[in-house]
Amino acid sequence: MTVQQEQAQAYWQANLRLIIGCLVVWATVSYGFGIVLRPWLVGITIGGTDLGFWFAQQGSIITFIALIFFYSWKMNQLDKAFGVHEE
Amino acid sequence: MSQFTINMIFVVGSFALYIAIAIWARAGSTKEFYVAGGGVHPVMNGMATAADWMSAASFISMAGLISVGGYANSTYLMGWTGGYVLLAMLLAPYLRKFGKFTVPDFIGDRFYSSGARLVAVACLIIASVTYVIGQMTGAGVAFSRFLEVSSDAGLIIAAVIVFMYAVLGGMKGITYTQVAQYVVLIVAYTIPAVFISLQLTDNPIPPLGLFSDHTQSGEPLLAKLDAVVRDLGFVDYTADVNNKLNMVLFTLSLMIGTAGLPHVIIRFFTVPKVSDARWSAGWALVFIAILYLTAPAVASMARLNLLNTIYPDGTANAALEYTERPDWFKNWEKTGLLKHDDKNADGRIQLYNESPAFEATATERGWKGNELTVNNDILVLANPEIANLPGWVIGLIAAGGLAAALSTAAGLLLAISAAVSHDLIKGSINPNITEKQELMYARISMAAAIVVATWLGMNPPGFAAQTVALAFGIAAASIFPVLMMGIFSKRVNNKGAVAGMLAGLVATCVYIFTYLGWFFIPGTNQLENIPANWMFGISPLSFGAIGAVINFTVAFTVSMLTAPPPQHIQELVESVRFPRGAGQAVDH
Repeated sequence: MTVQQEQAQAYWQANLRLIIGCLVVWATVSYGFGIVLRPWLVGITIGGTDLGFWFAQQGSIITFIALIFFYSWKMNQLDKAFGVHEE
Repeated sequence: MSQFTINMIFVVGSFALYIAIAIWARAGSTKEFYVAGGGVHPVMNGMATAADWMSAASFISMAGLISVGGYANSTYLMGWTGGYVLLAMLLAPYLRKFGKFTVPDFIGDRFYSSGARLVAVACLIIASVTYVIGQMTGAGVAFSRFLEVSSDAGLIIAAVIVFMYAVLGGMKGITYTQVAQYVVLIVAYTIPAVFISLQLTDNPIPPLGLFSDHTQSGEPLLAKLDAVVRDLGFVDYTADVNNKLNMVLFTLSLMIGTAGLPHVIIRFFTVPKVSDARWSAGWALVFIAILYLTAPAVASMARLNLLNTIYPDGTANAALEYTERPDWFKNWEKTGLLKHDDKNADGRIQLYNESPAFEATATERGWKGNELTVNNDILVLANPEIANLPGWVIGLIAAGGLAAALSTAAGLLLAISAAVSHDLIKGSINPNITEKQELMYARISMAAAIVVATWLGMNPPGFAAQTVALAFGIAAASIFPVLMMGIFSKRVNNKGAVAGMLAGLVATCVYIFTYLGWFFIPGTNQLENIPANWMFGISPLSFGAIGAVINFTVAFTVSMLTAPPPQHIQELVESVRFPRGAGQAVDH
């Protein structure tokens, strides 16, 4: 493998790690806190209901936005670090 | 000024704006027609994507669904937003780098197979046509209520307007009208919500009002709502659900269906760079979230308002007398979407849940059945009237509902016409046509699609809600997995992709048709659509996620048993993974 190909492979691996990390958070707030883990969160009250309800109706949407902007920002850094960014 | 005149001013004014934009932004080349010239700013594309995505279902129906279902219907909120995370990370930037005009373009090239391209075209057309019917009927309902024309006449007006700007302007015209439509629909949605939130909680921001105290009683709003619905025999608004598996799968189906809908994906072909495609998905979700964070507040507050109207002295006291019903009640009774049936002949309107557990209480109070049926869809449209808001707010809601339906219809029609002219005619039937001829075919197929959609809207097959489920099921089970595998695996080949798409598509359709009737013809279903009959408690609406798993499994297995893709395809996959060298979207 040439140096360039190695760089390219390293870039793709870094992207995959970032995606997996983001998707773990994505699944935790929606399927986790919002649905499956809700019964364990009933003790934490917020505005007349529990934390799980908040995640299902607001928290997960806000987290999704933060995730996409974080991913875009991080990927722009990776693009530059590995020299694959657009001119 | 009468309410009718006010509505007219708002609706006609917004339409004049859309048409002016369409004349200004005419498309002169196929590139302008399919991808708006490829130079749309990511924030502007985000706004257009938001209007493209938020349909009559989001604007009119969703708050009603949450209002009735409470926590259980949070699935729509998470499902219809979470898909953008998948789009931003798994599809949009790579498809933008690939740089062609349509979704079947990618599938056909990546899987070096015209068969795969044709299966993709078929999936796209079925998903988009079923979806567009819902938009046209939604526009028809809004017209008939607010402009006092028949629903059919309303549909034809809607079709003519869409025809004018979509056929003339293509993606370029659609993009700029969608930006205007986003502004109209979001203003229309949030203004009544702010008023209602102020009335009930003194908080001007509805998403915060949802978790604030109810001013009148001093209790938290949601606790108050829980208590009121419990008194009438309903399940608590915030109650947990037992079937978590189905709730997870339904949310997942909506998420991957959203990411796989072609009319949403092609919006990301219009931005100049790969990094813009990522940012644009984030902006799209910001603009969508403004409505999606307001909707649950509207849902809970409208339910409380409605119950307070029916039980003016509290749920423990007698219900409202029919002769004293408010004006909005009378207006909606005319449409048949709100019905009162005085079963115990006491001249009052009892609204409660006829559950076995509540029967003793109902008998004791002399109630002989629930007397009020309210269609979910009127909630958002009637909201300003229920809260006694001024007439111009009602006119605004009319314009907003139409903007939501028309912007989505235009996006779907573009996806259909691009699939027909670019993938079917130029890609498969006659590759030698000139650009000018292709543009003409694109306009003709768009016009034909509008006629078909209008006809189906006038003669709705009576299953609008189910067909939308089918659209999501198909997008989730066929289009999303094949796109993702095309980018993330170099090993999946042409045979695997075709087998996977067909397996996912067939399995999903069979499961849906088994419960909802073959091709939705009533009476042809083998099993009654009740939870007891569902396989492992999975509802037909939730099956898209299972279809996607079947697609992935079949595609990988078949690919492993057959030859790997040729070298140039592996290089193609390699090239879509790296942003450098992305030119603008090109023809061939």
